[in-house]
Amino acid sequence: MTIPADLRARAERLGQSLPPLLAAADHLAGAMVLGDHGRRRAGMGDEFWQYRQAHAGDTARMIDWRRSARSDATYVREREWQAAQSVSLWVDPSASMRFSGDRSRAPKADRARLLALALAVLLLRGGERVGLMGDHTPPRSGRAQAERLALALGADGAEDYGRPETTGLAPHGRAVLLSDFLGDLAGLEATLAAASDRGVRGVMLQVLDPAEEEFPFDGRTVFESMTGAIRHETLRAGDLRDRYLARLADRNARLAELARQAGWQFTTHHSGDPAQGALLWLYQALEAGF
Amino acid sequence: MWMLGPVGFTAPLILMALAALPVLWLILRAVPPAPILRRFPGVALLLGLRDKDAQTARTPLWLLLLRAGAIAAAIIGFAGPVLNPEPPKGATDLPLLIVVDGGWADARDWPRRVDQALRLAEGASRAGRVLALIRLTDTPEAPVFQAAATQGARLAGLQPQPWGPRDLAGWAEVLPETGFETWWLSDGLDHPGRADLTAALQARGPLSIWESPRTVFALAPAGFADGKVQIRAERLPAGAQTEIEVSARGLDPAGIERELARASLTFATGQSGAETALDLPPELRNRLSRFEIVGQASAGAVSLTDDSLRRAKVALIGGGAQAEGLQLLSPTHYLRQALAPVADLINGGLQDVVQAKPDVIVLADVARLTQAESDALVKWVEGGGLLLRFAGPKLAASDIARAEADPLLPVRLREGGRSLGGAMSWGDPKLLAPFPESSPFFGLPIPPEVTVTAQVLAQPDPDLAERSIAALADGTPLVTRKPLGQGQVVLFHVTANAEWSSLPLSGLFVQMLERLAVSTRPAAPEAADLAGMTFTAERLLDAFGRIRPPGGLPGVRGEDLADGALGPDLPPGLYADGDRRVALNVIGPDTRLAAARWPDGVPVEGAERPRERPLGGGFLAAALLALMADVIAALWISGRLSGGLLARLSVLLVLALPVAQVRAQETLPGDDFALAATGEVRLAHVLTGDGRVDDLAAAGLRGLGLRLYERTTIEPADAMAVDIERDELAFFPFLYWPVTADQPLPSVAAYQKLNQYLRSGGMILFDTRDAGMGGGTSPEARRLQLIASALDIPPIEPISADHVLTRTFYLIQDFPGRQNGPIWVEAPPADAEEVEGMPFRNLNDGVTPVVVGGNDWAAAWAVDEDGIPLLPVGRGSAGERQREIAYRFGVNLIMHVLTGNYKSDQVHVPALLERLGQ
Repeated sequence: MTIPADLRARAERLGQSLPPLLAAADHLAGAMVLGDHGRRRAGMGDEFWQYRQAHAGDTARMIDWRRSARSDATYVREREWQAAQSVSLWVDPSASMRFSGDRSRAPKADRARLLALALAVLLLRGGERVGLMGDHTPPRSGRAQAERLALALGADGAEDYGRPETTGLAPHGRAVLLSDFLGDLAGLEATLAAASDRGVRGVMLQVLDPAEEEFPFDGRTVFESMTGAIRHETLRAGDLRDRYLARLADRNARLAELARQAGWQFTTHHSGDPAQGALLWLYQALEAGF
Repeated sequence: MWMLGPVGFTAPLILMALAALPVLWLILRAVPPAPILRRFPGVALLLGLRDKDAQTARTPLWLLLLRAGAIAAAIIGFAGPVLNPEPPKGATDLPLLIVVDGGWADARDWPRRVDQALRLAEGASRAGRVLALIRLTDTPEAPVFQAAATQGARLAGLQPQPWGPRDLAGWAEVLPETGFETWWLSDGLDHPGRADLTAALQARGPLSIWESPRTVFALAPAGFADGKVQIRAERLPAGAQTEIEVSARGLDPAGIERELARASLTFATGQSGAETALDLPPELRNRLSRFEIVGQASAGAVSLTDDSLRRAKVALIGGGAQAEGLQLLSPTHYLRQALAPVADLINGGLQDVVQAKPDVIVLADVARLTQAESDALVKWVEGGGLLLRFAGPKLAASDIARAEADPLLPVRLREGGRSLGGAMSWGDPKLLAPFPESSPFFGLPIPPEVTVTAQVLAQPDPDLAERSIAALADGTPLVTRKPLGQGQVVLFHVTANAEWSSLPLSGLFVQMLERLAVSTRPAAPEAADLAGMTFTAERLLDAFGRIRPPGGLPGVRGEDLADGALGPDLPPGLYADGDRRVALNVIGPDTRLAAARWPDGVPVEGAERPRERPLGGGFLAAALLALMADVIAALWISGRLSGGLLARLSVLLVLALPVAQVRAQETLPGDDFALAATGEVRLAHVLTGDGRVDDLAAAGLRGLGLRLYERTTIEPADAMAVDIERDELAFFPFLYWPVTADQPLPSVAAYQKLNQYLRSGGMILFDTRDAGMGGGTSPEARRLQLIASALDIPPIEPISADHVLTRTFYLIQDFPGRQNGPIWVEAPPADAEEVEGMPFRNLNDGVTPVVVGGNDWAAAWAVDEDGIPLLPVGRGSAGERQREIAYRFGVNLIMHVLTGNYKSDQVHVPALLERLGQ
């Protein structure tokens, strides 16, 4: 059996780089003050919820004798309802996500991965099953899943703009899409339609670099997509700013409309802002749906 | 040179390159700025957007203009533009002779003259002409023509002389025969012989004149009339009404020169002279040293004053009551007549006038003085007074100074005196002998009509000859003199009236009084007045009217001085011989300013013309600036000018700006030192330059400071190191000075500081660190002797057992440091005596300014930062005991410095107790 010579080196490099990502995600998740987790109603689960007086229909096994012995009535110990959900994440691996408008800022992909993994850590901690869209990493629960997710998130795609896959979407589960949504929207529409068919709802988070929001360019410029496949030359980039911003606003409005029609939630996050706010929004948006 | 308006070009052909500018325009227009390649995911949103206008495909117009302007400026700059170029003077290639008057009248605008001459020299240099430069105040010598550049350097260093051109005819004779062109930078005044020189110069070639349009002001010597100081000034040319200020300057009582009075003179329109009178009290008047016209830097605007303004205070005291109506027989009548115009006379009793501190007291035939009067007079004479006595019947009849010398008479007198040429005598009245060379009267002509008929005679004592300053033809002394303290006593052996001689009737009498500085001359000295005297310069004037020291000027004969011909041998200034002072000013009392008149046809230039100014540098700099602006603009056009780059550029600009404002905020450098030194009591040590010794001294003072802090109420802050050359010493009560063998000697200024420090109560502890070994012959001790030789140190002696240092805090008898040798302190006064019942003497009442020893105290005191002794002292506990005694010495010493010697006051304890007992 032959092993590619550099596989081990790459694996080690990956192994070295992933724990920081995971650690950062853990850190981010740990910084969250989760005020509203749990289902807030009695049901199946491990956590104590409340004692209630036994009434007809309760089996003798359900009676909590220790509590009942302290008074004349008999009590039943109820547990909080805990239902595991399947959450599928999609982080746009395309080249456009590798853009950063400033040397001091990490690429958009980094932020997107961090957010995705932090959300995954939070959800896993809450007992949910988390996986990636596509066939490779199906939703599972447990701490080990976070490491598998971290590994899987590290892959880069070659195409300019990403298109979410619909395979691996658990029916009636949740989906989280993280991308800049700058490419063709047809793919996204198809995905949303397929998801709706399976009863999947979710959230879309647009991660944009501040440079993409401000367009701080001027002078004679040739713009190129990240792979170089698309070019556009202008003599006075400054003149294009207003029209570019209008188009960007149009696109965001269109995305919000798509999300609303599908019953999803949509917002935009800038890689220049702290990740915490975006994570909180993601978590609450998911919570609301449960 | 090609001229375009006021601008000329040295290389006009280069301007043809301007024709290429339109081509450059086209090229620049066709080349748009290069695009930047940017990766940008948002490009998907840009697809299909079109530029609004295609104009920027070419370079924008303003950038084109900027670039074309930069190129044009560079071309013009290289073409060598010159604003107001100097037109070539006389299109000749003859050698050029520049003549400057170089006298005091040139000083008023000397820089402009030098400028003008330099301009001429530059012009000559450009034309390749040789150049010579002569200054008419010099002694004539043939001008040497040299390359213009060599002469230019000489020109810049040329200074005017404080006298006028002297020998113009002489200059005319030494001019070379070959033809040359002449530029004469005239001072506008007429000088003798100018016409000759003008003619000679015109004969050699073209002559041009440059005259300054500025007015020449001249201040005549101040005179004294009607009790007021008369000031007169002249000007040339006489123009509109002008007012000038004349400042009278002199020494104030503190010896600092300052303005004592100020007068303003108004020249009426068209008038060349102005006068005013200044009323000054005699005290101020006698202090005057010079007058000057305010704002005129010229020797002609300064007038030094001499004895002619000084008026001595003379007290006249006649002998006893005088007969009524015999005015002409009054012993003081002639003196009064002679002195009244030239001195301030004081009348009154002898005791009263001595109080008034007169310069001279005249006793005319006064024989007897009371003891009190005599004592007061002796004291006054010893303080510098001149006692002038005249003989007379009373003096001849009295028996003073018969047997022994009277302090108030120069010689002993013989009884009776003698009478000559009277009806009952055989001899003729005696004439005066010529004055001997040692006499102050030497050189005065003796009028034949002066005869002496009676006189008192001096005893032929051994010193009679040397005290005699005037004698009769037969050798008997007529005037004798002796010094007494700082003053002198002079005796005329005749009466002050015409009773015994005709001397008081002659002019010689006045001259003699003048020579004795009793009276002062009213006007300019005559040659005869000054004959035979040798004057030395006290202060000299330079051409700008500034006072300068006389340098090595030799003595000047009085005749020359009276002649007043200024020159290198006799520069203007203040000359003195003994008490006589004669001021020699540029402007004499008779000097009148006359304007120079030039022959017809000689061009006279005087108006200011704009200065030649090369513009090439400015144009090139502008081109460079424009190109730099173009760099920034090009970056900006192409969108490459990011915020960071802009910030860096602005930082560069800010760095390039002068930082003057920052400097203004700095405090004075000495302030920190002064604040640190005076905030708390600080011990200090003198830096020797030897790092080890200095460190040890600092550590030693630290240790001593700790002990003081622990044991006494003296709580000194950290010791400071003092550089005696640089730092102020007055802040420190005490200096520790370790002496090293190779220490540099302090400078003169440092010695002044040190002496001031010692006199004002500071103390220095000199430590040769050699334990006094070798009896003062160790290298350190020899160095200390060298250092201390210029210090103001009183006599010192080995410390006595009862010195106050032994008991200011601790009772000690040894003063060890690391060694244990003797120490030296200021010697007690000789009359120190033991007080009964006390173990010590009543010693001097001051703190000894120096303590000298070699016990290496700092080494014994030295501790490190933690207070642990740095160096071992002696052996075992005995050594520790020695260290303790060393500290006790230090404590005693600082106590002595800070509290004085109040412990010595214990000598008074028995007396106090006794008083209490009563």
